[in-house]
Amino acid sequence: MKSLVYREIPGRSAGFYALLGGLGLFVLAGLTAAYMMDKYGHIITGMNDQIVWGLPHVFAVFLIVAASGALNIASVGTVFSKTIYQPLGRLSALLAMALLAGGLTVLMLDLGRPDRVIIAMTHYNFRSVFAWNVFLYSGFFAFTAIYLWTMMERRMGAYKKSAGVVAFVWRLILTTGTGSIFGFLVARALYDSALLAPMFIAFSFSYGLAIFVLVLMAAYAWTGRPLGDLILQRLRKLLGVLVAASLYFVVVYHLTNTYFAAHRGVEAFILLHGGVYTALFWIGQVFVGSLLPLAIIFHPSLSKSRSMIAFASILVIAGGLAQMYVTIIGGQAYHLVLFPGYQEASSFFDGVNHHYTPSVPEFFLGLGGVAITGAITVVGMKVLRFLPESLDDQAVDPHAAAKPS
Amino acid sequence: MSDTDKSRRKFIGASAAAVAGLSIAPGVSLLQTAQARPADQAASSKNRWGLLIDSNKCSSGCDKCVTACFTSNWVKEAHGPTDSQWIRKVDLKSLSNGKSHSLPVMCQHCEHPPCVDVCPTGASFKRADGIVLVDRHICIGCRYCMMACPYKARSFVHHPLTDQNPEVPRGQGTVEACTLCDYRVDRGELPACVDACNQEGNGAMLFGDLNDPSSEIAKRVATENTTQIRADLQLNPGVRYEGI
Repeated sequence: MKSLVYREIPGRSAGFYALLGGLGLFVLAGLTAAYMMDKYGHIITGMNDQIVWGLPHVFAVFLIVAASGALNIASVGTVFSKTIYQPLGRLSALLAMALLAGGLTVLMLDLGRPDRVIIAMTHYNFRSVFAWNVFLYSGFFAFTAIYLWTMMERRMGAYKKSAGVVAFVWRLILTTGTGSIFGFLVARALYDSALLAPMFIAFSFSYGLAIFVLVLMAAYAWTGRPLGDLILQRLRKLLGVLVAASLYFVVVYHLTNTYFAAHRGVEAFILLHGGVYTALFWIGQVFVGSLLPLAIIFHPSLSKSRSMIAFASILVIAGGLAQMYVTIIGGQAYHLVLFPGYQEASSFFDGVNHHYTPSVPEFFLGLGGVAITGAITVVGMKVLRFLPESLDDQAVDPHAAAKPS
Repeated sequence: MSDTDKSRRKFIGASAAAVAGLSIAPGVSLLQTAQARPADQAASSKNRWGLLIDSNKCSSGCDKCVTACFTSNWVKEAHGPTDSQWIRKVDLKSLSNGKSHSLPVMCQHCEHPPCVDVCPTGASFKRADGIVLVDRHICIGCRYCMMACPYKARSFVHHPLTDQNPEVPRGQGTVEACTLCDYRVDRGELPACVDACNQEGNGAMLFGDLNDPSSEIAKRVATENTTQIRADLQLNPGVRYEGI
């Protein structure tokens, strides 16, 4: 392979500033929403004492899960020595940190007392999965930054493999922690499963890769740099495998839950008669987010089309948001059973499934997090050397490119 | 003063004394089980404060315990989805025999509280005497405890608050729940809900020290058929029920 040349995005194009301005507007809208939630209280959101985590958590957890997944492209290159992925390592690490920053911002601004967020760093309860996550997030930033340094600084190149291994192991622990936020909740029937941790790892692989593919395609298209089919087709196949792996976990998870008599109620709610949650599960998570992209990715002719690869990636992201909505909000909407064998009724909504309608501030807070991710990525690519000048087939793998197809 | 006036005065005086006696008596004499703790003395693990609720004595239409809790703790919200409810009446109907029960549910003050386990800052904590509380100074409002509580016992303050009971600090953006009226218990008084139930003459709620074998609650828990909500989780709640 000839040596790759990484370049900042040069010039001062109107398109770049328009993109940055648009993202800035969404960031501003998100911050305004957070200010209003802080001033007037969570009363202006759709959340209540039954659905305590709403749309901001859907966005936040999605971004955090996708963050660790976005780092995998770098890991495949460094840890598993797949040279074709190595030119993508820098962007992979940048996107991972940007996604985590966006997700954590939403999570932090959705707190009842965001002004006290520093307390989460001065007072620790080491039995809390949340407290573990504070360390896991900080560690992820630190280890990914060091890994990025070893990729970008020639003199640090000797440490790239070690840094890559540490970052890879750390990201697996991080997503285990994210899944366990729910997995450790023994009280709620939809959670309370050790399977949530590996399932979230599978989700992270596919969501992170789908976002990476879109960012890569957009960056190369908008800067006019060549992006070859060779790398794109490899990413397409990898996405297919990861979406299939996610679907496998979803099937096993619901099958095991259905087998436990105590969990049949919540399974029937999600799979059969949960209204919006059932629709989001079957149409959003399973069809739009899994089956349709799989059909496109492995279709003999559609899979060759770049726009269809981009479309499949968008579908995976949409399915991922649907999955988070079903997992986070659907899991709370199903009522807690306090007295098995009894019909329960109270002024506090015992015995009935709970309603939740997301509000405009919540929506903008979530989009604000996405915009922060976008802004960090765009500015990063503009000022530092994250993108190779060319990712055409010859640059990526001359031997494979020379082979007759 | 005429004889008529004298007898009227006697009658009014006697009536006032009787009314005062009736209203104070349940709190100070027969049903007084707790002892005041000096302000400079920490809660002791020698005590384990608890409640025993007899659903046979609790009627469906009565919500005196709920009203007393709201009044005593200055929880002034209504009963909407975003309004705090530290205690609620739950009506039960058996799916097998149709038998009905009514009982109050509040924080169960578990020995192994999931809310305390999950709280990232340690704001959710358990006193040495078993009362589970939220430290409003370090609660960041993440609501993870509400996700973890199997009893739906906690509420989140969704809006700005005014006019609070100085003994019961509350705060917008923080989580709150039944405190077992810790400030009253520390003074040697009964929790407001228990007091109200007694004053109503129901006697469905018994407060006491589960660690003291001579206390009525410990004796009844030892000898009678009592149950715990979600006993399968083995959280060993301080609130026990009988009659269901």
